[in-house]
Amino acid sequence: MRYFLASIGLLLALLCANAQAQLSIEITGGGANQIPIGVLRFVGEEALSQRISDIVEADLQRSGRFRMLFAGNVEPLPTEVAQVNFGDWKNRNADALVIGSVARLADGRFEARFRLLDVPKQTQIGGVAFTLSAQQVRTTAHRIADFIYEKLTGDRGVFSTRIAYVVKQGTRFELQIADADGVGAQTALASREPIMSPAWSPDGTRLAYVSFENKKPVVYVHSLVSGQRQVVANFKGSNSAPAWSADGRQLAVVLSKDGGSQIYLIGADGSNPRRLTNTGSIDTEPFFAPDGQSIYFTSDRGGSPQIYRMDIGGGEVVRVSFDGSYNVSPRVSKDGKTLIYIARDGGRFQLKSLDLASKQGQVLTDGQHDESPSFAPNGRMILYATQVGNRGSLAAVSSDGAVKQRLSVQAADVREPAWGPFINN
Amino acid sequence: MKNLLAAASIVALMAGCASTPKEEPKAAVEDRTPSTAVPSQPGVTTVTPTAPRADQVPNVLKDPNNILSKRSLYYDYDKYDVKDEYKPLLQAHARYLSQNRNAKMLIQGNCDERGSREYNIALGQKRADGVKKMLLLMGAQESQIESVSLGEEKPRCTDATEPCYSQNRRSDMLYGGEF
Repeated sequence: MRYFLASIGLLLALLCANAQAQLSIEITGGGANQIPIGVLRFVGEEALSQRISDIVEADLQRSGRFRMLFAGNVEPLPTEVAQVNFGDWKNRNADALVIGSVARLADGRFEARFRLLDVPKQTQIGGVAFTLSAQQVRTTAHRIADFIYEKLTGDRGVFSTRIAYVVKQGTRFELQIADADGVGAQTALASREPIMSPAWSPDGTRLAYVSFENKKPVVYVHSLVSGQRQVVANFKGSNSAPAWSADGRQLAVVLSKDGGSQIYLIGADGSNPRRLTNTGSIDTEPFFAPDGQSIYFTSDRGGSPQIYRMDIGGGEVVRVSFDGSYNVSPRVSKDGKTLIYIARDGGRFQLKSLDLASKQGQVLTDGQHDESPSFAPNGRMILYATQVGNRGSLAAVSSDGAVKQRLSVQAADVREPAWGPFINN
Repeated sequence: MKNLLAAASIVALMAGCASTPKEEPKAAVEDRTPSTAVPSQPGVTTVTPTAPRADQVPNVLKDPNNILSKRSLYYDYDKYDVKDEYKPLLQAHARYLSQNRNAKMLIQGNCDERGSREYNIALGQKRADGVKKMLLLMGAQESQIESVSLGEEKPRCTDATEPCYSQNRRSDMLYGGEF
């Protein structure tokens, strides 16, 4: 516990060190079957602007899948397997141990190498040496955490991914992008009018979103590489709810140009809008199923907002949600097995999950106004918007509901989170 | 090299344990360079909306004693039907639009903050579309009116109370120069 508090304190200190308003993260709850692990200080890491071992620890801690063991007071710090006192770590019930070192290279860059060790077997599970510039400390640490996470849990880590969200401060709206741990926030778009519904392109280089700068909702695609943006849908009426197809070439959007809110498929450059739904009801919030052939969406065609699935090629429309009178904002996990959505129960709006095969449902959150859920690319966490006091805040919950995190920015309203994809490298 | 082989063979033996990997590392440490596949942000794009030009709005629409200065309709929770009490108001605006064929109107539908932001865009659109439909039936022309939704994004009142919510469940009629 002391270690836990210390690490949170450290994390806060790290966050406060940055001049820009950062998301700070508070973790509540803990998963079952956490893997006990010790992350030792890396020999020589004081030469860097931040300790790699601190960032790795904070990442692993935040996932809720590890129990961090106190790893201070080890002298001398081992850098090779043969130097590790395995007996000591066995006594502390460690399953895994991380050791590493940092060295300055002749060209001014650094080499950071680490080894992930299996304590009961007294062997090395894996190790990587990274060459990094002074500016790549956090990137490197996240890559190390991803490696450890994947080796020990079997799931791909998401510590190197990024999140997008909207910050409202007074009358100013900003679309911001930060690392998955909330650090390093950068503003992509600033406006005096609202911004909503950011959606990441599958390759993580573009964001689609809705901006009200023209006094009505218009869909844009914004390149994070060039900073250039393009109007994708600005038809008569409202244009909203962008969702990317898996190949990044098309968007499903909601247009009211032909009367009522209806779902269309449109090129990511705004070309060839094609109407997919044809009802006098509300059809909105499209989300592509991973197979790319069907779309989940919200419709009030049955009298109340419920979730449906349709084939893109036309044909079958199937109702998916049944309990309750308000089920909205469908998102599907990458494996296509789990649907998450927002359900109204009494006056509360909460995040629910539904196993699409067994039809087993679970309430994942206990807020009053939870909305805009977004899966982490490995499906293990869900980022969503909630309210604390009268202010918007971001939170995350593990897909089994066991681990909860709250992310907040001082003195600002934060909403509309979207978790970005894996970056292939 | 001997160490490396030893490590690899022991790892192979460990395969299958819950907390150990199935894959074998081919070297004690692999060399990698953190990629810069995701470039850092090229900077902030700032958008400044154009200001309305109120001087272009005819006085008859601004005179507080004229019914045409009344521009808002209110709704019940989750509802989008135009209440009977607004018929005279819509008749007056339809008459103005039919007598002034160059006049343009933007109808903005709004919602209270409860529920999904995107669903509220659709609900606000239903509200605005309903007003537009009545104005067309009463003599306005399609080309004069655009109905759009602001969803819950532009609340007039920001408290989480019913009096506040009821002010935000609203359609506003704006004439050219006012938007």
